[in-house]
Amino acid sequence: MDMKREYYEDIELIGSGVVLFWSAVLLLFLFTLPLYVPNYHIYLLNVIIVHVILAVGLNILVGYTGQISLGHAGFFAIGAYGTVFLMTHFHVPFILALPLAAFIAAFFGFILGLPALRLEGPYLAIATLGFGLAIMHVIGTWDIFGGRMGLHAPPLDLGIPQMGFSWVLGSDVSMYYLILVIGIIMVVGAINLMKTRIGRAFVAIRDSDIAAEVMGVNLTIYKTLAFAVSAFYAGIAGGLFGFVCGFFDPFTFNMILSIIFLVMVVVGGLGSILGAIMGATLITYLQYDLLKNVSEAPYVGEFLTNISRKWFTVIGLENVGGIALGLIMIGIVIFEPLGMYGVWIRIKKYWMTWPF
Amino acid sequence: MIGQLVVEGLAIGACYGLLAIAVVIIYKTSEVVNFAQGEMAMFSTFVAYHILLHYHYPFWLAFIITMVFAILLGVAIEFVFLRPAKEPTALGLIVLTLGAEMLLMGLAGWKWGAEQKYFEIPMAYNVTHEPIKGIIISDWAIGVFVVAAVLMTLLYLFFRYTRLGVAMKATQQNKNAAKIMGVRVERMFSLAWGLSSLMGAVAAMFFASRATLDTNFMMEPFLRAFAAAVLGGLMSIPGVLIGGELLGLIENFFGYVWPEWKPIVAFLVIVIVLCVRPSGLFAKHYVKKV
Repeated sequence: MDMKREYYEDIELIGSGVVLFWSAVLLLFLFTLPLYVPNYHIYLLNVIIVHVILAVGLNILVGYTGQISLGHAGFFAIGAYGTVFLMTHFHVPFILALPLAAFIAAFFGFILGLPALRLEGPYLAIATLGFGLAIMHVIGTWDIFGGRMGLHAPPLDLGIPQMGFSWVLGSDVSMYYLILVIGIIMVVGAINLMKTRIGRAFVAIRDSDIAAEVMGVNLTIYKTLAFAVSAFYAGIAGGLFGFVCGFFDPFTFNMILSIIFLVMVVVGGLGSILGAIMGATLITYLQYDLLKNVSEAPYVGEFLTNISRKWFTVIGLENVGGIALGLIMIGIVIFEPLGMYGVWIRIKKYWMTWPF
Repeated sequence: MIGQLVVEGLAIGACYGLLAIAVVIIYKTSEVVNFAQGEMAMFSTFVAYHILLHYHYPFWLAFIITMVFAILLGVAIEFVFLRPAKEPTALGLIVLTLGAEMLLMGLAGWKWGAEQKYFEIPMAYNVTHEPIKGIIISDWAIGVFVVAAVLMTLLYLFFRYTRLGVAMKATQQNKNAAKIMGVRVERMFSLAWGLSSLMGAVAAMFFASRATLDTNFMMEPFLRAFAAAVLGGLMSIPGVLIGGELLGLIENFFGYVWPEWKPIVAFLVIVIVLCVRPSGLFAKHYVKKV
């Protein structure tokens, strides 16, 4: 079925005509999406793509390298604050500020990767969790970052205003195209990265770090590199997120956000770019749309409102979102450890060998 | 001034120690780091708050009901969520307990709302004594010391002299051997979760009465408790209590010098200890199996 006969087949980006066709259809669909989607949903689409970028980056770390991170909200925050800070204080144009902030995030990822060399499993989870909390606290304490009041994103100017060339993206739709293009670049970059020597080194570390070291993979370099790459993705996503939201404060980047990022990757499927994309899309949709106005949800909304009136509080009804996410996390681990990607693989196998 | 810092550090450190013991009991028995620990304790505290507010029972009765509830909650989470998972990976276990955390937080928020509440215990934080000149000690701190000492003694007696405690210790040392000897290992896991949930609930009541009670008040204490557990080595219960006391002292002195950066002490302690001495200060060196 999916047999690879030579090295070139393993590393090529698009394996067959079918994949090429469907990728083209998907791209066409994505680029024309604002034509069929009502305007207020464009915001949701923007958030989804931002989360897809982040989830793909996190999957490089968690799914491919096998390192756990509960601190990605920290890198996300560094990206958001870094971009806006560079733009407002140093007047760096956006097209430079975004990658610069992402490189700052990558540097912090490298720093966090150093203790990760000696830690694994739950220890690493706790260390990264502490990192996320520390970043949130540092940003909240320093007045230069707006303290607890938060920051407002400046107008998104794609040009270089200092040279008299300015191209302000005002609407959600124009921002959608910018984010979409960056998102596609990042996703294709990740797919390609995983097919190189570096990507294979990551996978080797995940499967057994001692065996990888014996084979000649330098653990120090590749583990910190995995953290740095993943933090770079989170930085880019964070920088874009700041402009999508327009306003953010330190509490936006709390520990729950880190958990939700991890959920996206786990629900989508570990060690698969497609899985990360599916997981990020599903969880973001649930979180920002379906579970946000749960009392207006079809069928269950009224039922839940009645329950809350009788047993719980109506004000607390929004917490149903958290409950649903928790149940999804538990259900995925118990029933479908491979996530949505595992389901997809099973469906694909069933139909490819159909009558048998 | 220094004496004052020491007393307060030891008091809050004992709280961290109690919560850290809760983490360690589960980790020793079933090798799971329970990220829902803080939220299990938070939920139990809310139950106590609810009983006190709506039924007006005396505190000690409410306390006993809450302890029973905490044990049942721990056992239920182990039974419903962890047992069905077949051979989960390290990441799978973390995601499971995080899921339980989100679930409990959501339920508590749904039931009791997000606003901050006051939770009072008989040992008030603002009733103070001054036994030695210059050292002020609150009823709360005395309560913490007494409860920590009593619980430690009870735990010691439990693990040393009861059949159940010995069976649990056997499970911790070698699951297969314990199974051959007729110990029902799965039941020991449930029991460990119940016991740990109880310890956590006691600690959470002290935390709640010192500050306020809301759905995420146990998040930072959990991180500090884990730092304490790492200091103590995650394997020995007295070591972990000493780790908690050490962390309380470090944090208090650090907070005295740089009050703004007090919340990141726990993170620094975790990273430094794990990098310099991963087995903790009081545990024997451990060798990783390949």
